[in-house]
Amino acid sequence: MTRLLAVALAGSLLAGFATMSTAQAKDTITVGMVLEPPGLDPTAGAASAIREVTYGNIYEGLTRITAKGEVKPALAESWSISKDGLTYTFTLIDGVKFHDGTKFDCSIVKFSYERAMAPDSTNAQKQLFEPIASVACPSAGTAVVTLKRPTSLFLFDMAWGDAVMVAPKSAATNATDPVGTGPFKFKQWVKGDRVELERFHDYWGSRPQLSAVTFKFISDPSAATAAVLAGDIDAFPLFPAPEALDQFKADPKFTVHVGTTEGKTILALNNAKKPFDDIRVRRALAFAIDRKAVIDGAQSGYGAPIGSHYTPGDPGYVDLTGTYPFDPAKAKALLKEAGIKPGFQMTILLPPPPYARHGGEIIAAMLEQVGIKAKLVPIEWGQWLDQVFKRTDYEATIISHTEARDLDIYARDKYYFNYDSPDYKALYKQFVETVDPKLQMDLVGQLQKKLAEDEPNVFMFALAKVGVANAKLRGLWDNDPIPANDMAGVSWAE
Amino acid sequence: MTFYLLRRVAILLATLLAASIVVFVVLQVLPGDPAALILGTGAREDTLAALRHQLGLDAPMWLRYARWLGGLLSGDFGTSFTYHVPVAELVRQRVLVSLPLALFAILLSTAIAIPVGVAAAARRGGAADAGLMGVAQIGVALPNFWLGLLLILLFAVRLPWLPASGFPGWDAGLWAGFRALILPALALALPQAAILARVTRAAVIDTLGEDFVRTARAKGLSRPAALWRHAVPNALIPVVTLIGLQFSFLLAGTVIIENVFTLPGLGRLVFQAIAQRDLIVVQDLVVLLAGSVIVVNFLVDLAAAWIDPRLRRAGA
Repeated sequence: MTRLLAVALAGSLLAGFATMSTAQAKDTITVGMVLEPPGLDPTAGAASAIREVTYGNIYEGLTRITAKGEVKPALAESWSISKDGLTYTFTLIDGVKFHDGTKFDCSIVKFSYERAMAPDSTNAQKQLFEPIASVACPSAGTAVVTLKRPTSLFLFDMAWGDAVMVAPKSAATNATDPVGTGPFKFKQWVKGDRVELERFHDYWGSRPQLSAVTFKFISDPSAATAAVLAGDIDAFPLFPAPEALDQFKADPKFTVHVGTTEGKTILALNNAKKPFDDIRVRRALAFAIDRKAVIDGAQSGYGAPIGSHYTPGDPGYVDLTGTYPFDPAKAKALLKEAGIKPGFQMTILLPPPPYARHGGEIIAAMLEQVGIKAKLVPIEWGQWLDQVFKRTDYEATIISHTEARDLDIYARDKYYFNYDSPDYKALYKQFVETVDPKLQMDLVGQLQKKLAEDEPNVFMFALAKVGVANAKLRGLWDNDPIPANDMAGVSWAE
Repeated sequence: MTFYLLRRVAILLATLLAASIVVFVVLQVLPGDPAALILGTGAREDTLAALRHQLGLDAPMWLRYARWLGGLLSGDFGTSFTYHVPVAELVRQRVLVSLPLALFAILLSTAIAIPVGVAAAARRGGAADAGLMGVAQIGVALPNFWLGLLLILLFAVRLPWLPASGFPGWDAGLWAGFRALILPALALALPQAAILARVTRAAVIDTLGEDFVRTARAKGLSRPAALWRHAVPNALIPVVTLIGLQFSFLLAGTVIIENVFTLPGLGRLVFQAIAQRDLIVVQDLVVLLAGSVIVVNFLVDLAAAWIDPRLRRAGA
């Protein structure tokens, strides 16, 4: 406690002037993040940190995803979809301006989508735009997007950070000097420390309550704790020190927000490699792992068990967590049936995040109980992407898939776990091409069941979003349906 | 002297060139594609190819090396893959943390080691000597990151005097910035001071046995006067050489210490750049660090020549 006091004292001394000005009604916020974004252009990089700074704050798309994960209008105030599901006619909001004064109209839509689809595009999610056949502008306020085939997730996909609207004049320099249509405009980026945004006065929507937003990057868990306690950070939405949460829960000055994310954490298996091509072995591994114990041990108890590649918050979720209950005896029996002798060795590659490094230790202990010796090999990201993802030269790895509703990865011809099921592919095709919402929900259930049945990977749990914030803050997102820290609706109480 | 300087500069350039080739080749062998790290797991093959082209990674190896070297020669360090800003700008910001840290550490190390070493030498064989050298022996064995963690526990957690980690930036005030550097500088300096103290002691003991010291005592100088006026100045050459070597070591040591204390310095930048496969940043920084080590060694040689006129004549 003495330390906290000192940190608080030091903090207020250092902050000096800033602390004095907070005595008046506060209308600024400092948000803590663990990782600094590599650039501020979500259309040219996959890092979540880019979206956590920019999504809904600096940039907007035609549609947006809300805190609950629903698709809502953004720069398109409405749309209509043709009967065959191929033509989307968007009515654009009138009078929207970019931060540099550029007018937003259909030409911007055309430019943004065509830029993402172009042969030299460096959009990390280029496949989202692949179904688009053409973008036409019958008038400045109307955009007509024609698809090659019906794509049921199209409006959802166009709400991703990768599909935001960018202007021809500023697109090339958005990484360092971002220009969007959002409620906040970029002020400055002190590399290695913080990004500052300020209210955009010509914003088309309702005026944001906050006049300024600062994102501060603190990777060290104890430094993050100290900064929140000292009041230097008002909100830390993905808080890196779960062990410190009890302290915040006990203090009425803070609230602890526990929500869901899309991070499906799995023990990924190389289905093309013996003996993991044998469904009995994969099922045995699923029976051998106590999901609850992994969540408790690796995630301080925060996280929701999953039984397929889908999270409880997603539309059409089916609870399949009972498919392979923790049952070491059954696991042993299945392994015996598959001809796996006790003492069998397998290697699990562990990328840097704690869910993998800590989770790996716990899973190895569980596998030991059923006669499998797991060799744990820590690996850094660059090597993981090369060895596991690109060359699929591995047996097993622990990884969290953070993209929302990404059931498509199991339908791809070549993906790192080498799951190859014609049935699943056919089912997935039917799902994306159907225009009937009821049938869609039915199919999404079938897809989840098919995956749980085949268990190409051991589906373990969805990462939780555990954040800490000043108790007077209102409007922060509890859940993380997409990586974002949308500050448009955030305000201070009183 | 001119020939001497020219030769040194030629060696300097050749060493830098060799360093640039080594780092370039090592980074090519290292698995991990920068484009894949930037675009993540959702990226398509054609997108990766487009980005590789944009980053200039699709050119043959020799051409990439030539482009990089050409850039360096014309003062263009290139643009960071991850930050999208010129590397020179990144380096400028980070040097303002790392250089003061290394200088601070070397000052601390010297300020502790020389008095301790001289004192131990003067009381050679006594209890004070044994005690001081015992402590120094422990200091030599301590890894600096572990010492750093201990210092955090003691001075930031138990006795809340100093910040545990982070750097507020020099614009937060000179004192605030300095405060943040105290613990990391101590962690860097103490193991170095231990080594330096042992070397100082040995060098002073050596000179104390020299004839000129005995002569000085014989002509009536007191023990302390003979020690400080004759023995110590003559013992300085190995000490200064070691300080130079330590400075190079400190520049490297900051990689670990800056990560322990989350300081936004060059060491952390190197660390992150390697993890991110920000190849151009890694290449530039390795050459820069190699260059500074060579320059420091050169300065040490000059300092040695200044201390000992005999070397000046020999070198000329």
